[in-house]
Amino acid sequence: MTSAASAPEARSPSAESRFQYVLRLADTSLVLGQRLGEWVGHAPALEEDLALANIALDLIGQARLLLGYAGEIEGRGRDEDALAFLRDAPEFRNASLAEQPNGDFGQTIVRQCLIDAWQLELYEALSGSSDARLAEVAAKTVKETRYHLRFSTGWLVRLGDGTAESHARAQQALDALWRFTDELITPDALDEEMAAAGIGPSLTALRPRWEQRIAAVLEEATLKRPAASRYPWQGKRGVHTEHLGHMLGEMQHLARTFPGATW
Amino acid sequence: MVSEAVAEVARPRTTDLREERVWRVLRSVMDPEIPVVSVVDLGIVRYVRCAEGQLRVGITPTYSGCPATEVIQRSIHNALARHGMKDVIVETVLSPPWSSDWLSEEGRRKLEAFGICPPVARGAKVTCPRCGSHDAECLSEFGSTPCKAHYRCSDCLEPFDVFKCI
Repeated sequence: MTSAASAPEARSPSAESRFQYVLRLADTSLVLGQRLGEWVGHAPALEEDLALANIALDLIGQARLLLGYAGEIEGRGRDEDALAFLRDAPEFRNASLAEQPNGDFGQTIVRQCLIDAWQLELYEALSGSSDARLAEVAAKTVKETRYHLRFSTGWLVRLGDGTAESHARAQQALDALWRFTDELITPDALDEEMAAAGIGPSLTALRPRWEQRIAAVLEEATLKRPAASRYPWQGKRGVHTEHLGHMLGEMQHLARTFPGATW
Repeated sequence: MVSEAVAEVARPRTTDLREERVWRVLRSVMDPEIPVVSVVDLGIVRYVRCAEGQLRVGITPTYSGCPATEVIQRSIHNALARHGMKDVIVETVLSPPWSSDWLSEEGRRKLEAFGICPPVARGAKVTCPRCGSHDAECLSEFGSTPCKAHYRCSDCLEPFDVFKCI
């Protein structure tokens, strides 16, 4: 919390930098929310179906607030819908982990837990942002993210420490997704610029807290933390895996086929 | 449950007649998902203000993605228009974020009568709205709407909703 607030007055970042930074936050929530929405009607039990839909709603709600704000910063008249539905994959700034396919329930839970723990640290820090709009969205988001993390943690422990089958699948998902986590906790120039201006948290300071949370969950879930891997994907800079384009094809289909459609 | 700071915002203490009329109308605007509690009971009306002749109502969403938020905004507009107040601005206030502590005492009673257990502090026991038992298990923290969790009574075995603490 102090990391974002305590930074001294620095050169104020350009509108373009701030726009890109808010897009990173917004797009990660939007893309993850859309992925969770794909579970509706397909989850293993009714309770999980409702939970995933509820979490998706929170994430999309957060994305709407952030995209609306991003559009205002950009100042070119693009609203939340224009930004969500009329940008192509390379213009999206979400973390690559969020766009990875749902896979089985175990893979969805692993992805969710890794991101929930990160979003909780991120938004707790952002509640003290020098950017008042981001701070108020963050304060609301933190309350919701605590519920998300309890859900994904609870399930990850049950799957990891469950049957031989559920353990093997959870470990497999963790091994497959771990390479995308480096991006979450390694700052690039934009993250550093925002941290220096007191707008965003220092990811270097956030990293050990996220690692600690994840280590504790993995231990309880009897899962092994995979070896560190520096995967080249940089979704936050617009370099995505092939999965995002396919996902957007479905998400944007209606808005692009019938421009301006309402109901 | 209702903190002092909140009570001050939620309870109209105004002598302005137009503001008083708005509060009266708002007490008749029900939540679309839980039609027994009004938007005032829910604690989502942050203020009713009249400045330079312009009336403004500030409402705060319960959850970021709650689909009821937009319905509520429309219902407030329509209700005020029906009472001859067409030019009231209904605006969204995010900060401070809504808390289930802002539910009024009356709202809590209405929830219970409707079959929804009002929010309880974490760790405290919920009460089955049907048989009054305190023996219940949480099936899911995500229920039929963003603001409710799903429980089952271990005595009468009936499932029920619990308004979440947030």
